[in-house]
Amino acid sequence: MVVGVAAKGGTSIAPGAQRRSRTGYFLLLPGMAWLGIFFAIPIATLFMTSLQAPVEGASGQYAPAFQVSNYADAIIEYWPQFLRSFLYAGIATLLALVIAYPLAYFIAVKAGRWRTLMLVLVIAPSFASFLLRTYAWRTILADESPVTTFLNALHVLPDDRILNTSIAVIAGLTYNFLPFMVLPLYAALERLDPRLIEASNDLYANPITTFRKVTWPLSLPGVVAGTLLTFIPAAGDYINAELLGSTQDRMIGNAIQTNFIDFRDYPIASALSFMLMAAILVLVFAYIRRAGTEDLV
Amino acid sequence: MSTITSSRNIEDLRLENLVKSFGDFLAVDDITLTIPAGSFFALLGASGCGKTTTLRMIAGLEDPTSGTIKVGNTDITGLRAFQRPVNTVFQSYALFPHLDIFENVAFGLRRRGIKDVTPAVEAMLELVELAPMARRKPAQLSGGQQQRVAVARALINQPDVLLLDEPLGALDLKLRRQMQIELKRIQTEVGTTFVHVTHDQEEAMTMADTVAVMNAGRIEQMGHPADVYELPKTAFVANFLGQANLFSGSVTGRDGEDLVVATNGLSMRLPAQRNSATGTELLVGVRPEKMTILDEVDAGKIPTGSNLVTGLVTDVSYTGVSTQYLVEAPWGQVLNVFEQNVIVGDRCEVGDPVLVHWAPEHTFGLGS
Repeated sequence: MVVGVAAKGGTSIAPGAQRRSRTGYFLLLPGMAWLGIFFAIPIATLFMTSLQAPVEGASGQYAPAFQVSNYADAIIEYWPQFLRSFLYAGIATLLALVIAYPLAYFIAVKAGRWRTLMLVLVIAPSFASFLLRTYAWRTILADESPVTTFLNALHVLPDDRILNTSIAVIAGLTYNFLPFMVLPLYAALERLDPRLIEASNDLYANPITTFRKVTWPLSLPGVVAGTLLTFIPAAGDYINAELLGSTQDRMIGNAIQTNFIDFRDYPIASALSFMLMAAILVLVFAYIRRAGTEDLV
Repeated sequence: MSTITSSRNIEDLRLENLVKSFGDFLAVDDITLTIPAGSFFALLGASGCGKTTTLRMIAGLEDPTSGTIKVGNTDITGLRAFQRPVNTVFQSYALFPHLDIFENVAFGLRRRGIKDVTPAVEAMLELVELAPMARRKPAQLSGGQQQRVAVARALINQPDVLLLDEPLGALDLKLRRQMQIELKRIQTEVGTTFVHVTHDQEEAMTMADTVAVMNAGRIEQMGHPADVYELPKTAFVANFLGQANLFSGSVTGRDGEDLVVATNGLSMRLPAQRNSATGTELLVGVRPEKMTILDEVDAGKIPTGSNLVTGLVTDVSYTGVSTQYLVEAPWGQVLNVFEQNVIVGDRCEVGDPVLVHWAPEHTFGLGS
């Protein structure tokens, strides 16, 4: 009997699977067309712009070329902003994870009938504009604000202030992207079968070991999704650095914005955008490989 | 930290005045029982009777409202689930989906800090005939295989008591029969006390040496399956464990060892020691397979002293091994009668007037 079942378990493709997968391709078509028109073509345009050369004598005019040196120039000029972007986004993502995990766990497992209300509360701030909320933080973190005064009384602030420091930028990033961490974590933890926790308890695992060996590994898909959804927009963000940081805290988004809007140096701005995208892609792939999500349930 | 030893001293599991209430609802109502070491014990009852709650209290997954749970003379009531010498086979198996079969089975050993788990895990997978599956994930296994992983994962810890919560409920009938035999074999082999919760009376009777029938948070009757089946002490047990025909009546006299009972204008006899009713009012009961159905013309074949009811056949169901008749008695009650299909083609038809008789020694009396 064992052998028979084993052989059956090896090939688990249902008879209808072949036809169903072809229908799937048809359903993909509208999405693919959308991606082609609004993603692939603009990316190609962006890439071509990044290689353009200035027209002699006409300031702010660029002609098609193959000027690879744009990339080198961009890197030499803006590598600190690049590093800062990834550092700030990385710290903000970690902080968001630490804050969001217990919150998502509570909502998913313990909140009971308050669950929906609490989820709405997580999303509620998003009803106000992103810009407006970040402006509000200027007031909250201002030099004479209660928060700053209180923290200064405790002598925990390195520069005796929060606004216009990297702390404010990271705090802003953490705050603004927190819901993107909470929601995937909530989805993963809500799916967690409570009987697995009981089984772990039954098999001599204390609550801490149960978290390490059962809850955490099973919530990993949510952790991966949440960190990506937080890290990617945070790394490209410029509002928080612009409104909450000093000129010493500028991120790559600010550099791109300045080059596009203020300097009208489109090739450099395009090269920066392109490199940011490439860098994020590489990081994300390395991360997913390491997290081994394909091996998860 | 305990280590695995080959010879262990298994001890009795004792529940003393165990009570569990959820708000106003009394799920378990003062249960006291001793489950002998090494026995296969079945807690049988309908859903909501408190059997699973009892099991969860033994496992430590539910705190009793009052009462104590002991293994031997050690009180384990205050211990958390992970501290108890008890393991559970969960209803839906609750295998860890992110771990392979080997790691699922090794889970308990690793938590107890045992270094080299490989020999024990391999031996256990051998016992449940799943050695080739060691590196598969639970989702890649069939229901029956997952069930055996769940048993292996619990048993490998050599618990004093193994708890099984409707472990075969998710399997189809044929596999269930197979697993019943399998579980019984494993239990005999390892000698651990098994406490099995089920609503399937046939499953309970097939596997257990002791069956406890639960109803509304209390144990109605407990004993060897055959004893409980042959001589039920309450109407609930008579109806829940198999089927029973019950006639209400009152004791009119005594004839030697037998009681004489008047019921529905008839006189029936039953041995006095098979009566558990205390007053004169009682329910006279008999199991359907103890009854014999005869055509009216064969009245002469009925042994003297038999209990006898006349009636009309209202339904005939042929089930292969036996034929199940519904017979309507003159006072409107419908009786269940089973007849072994020993002779081909000799069956009563719907509408036939028949005689149903059975021996007094197969009759029992219950409090009404």
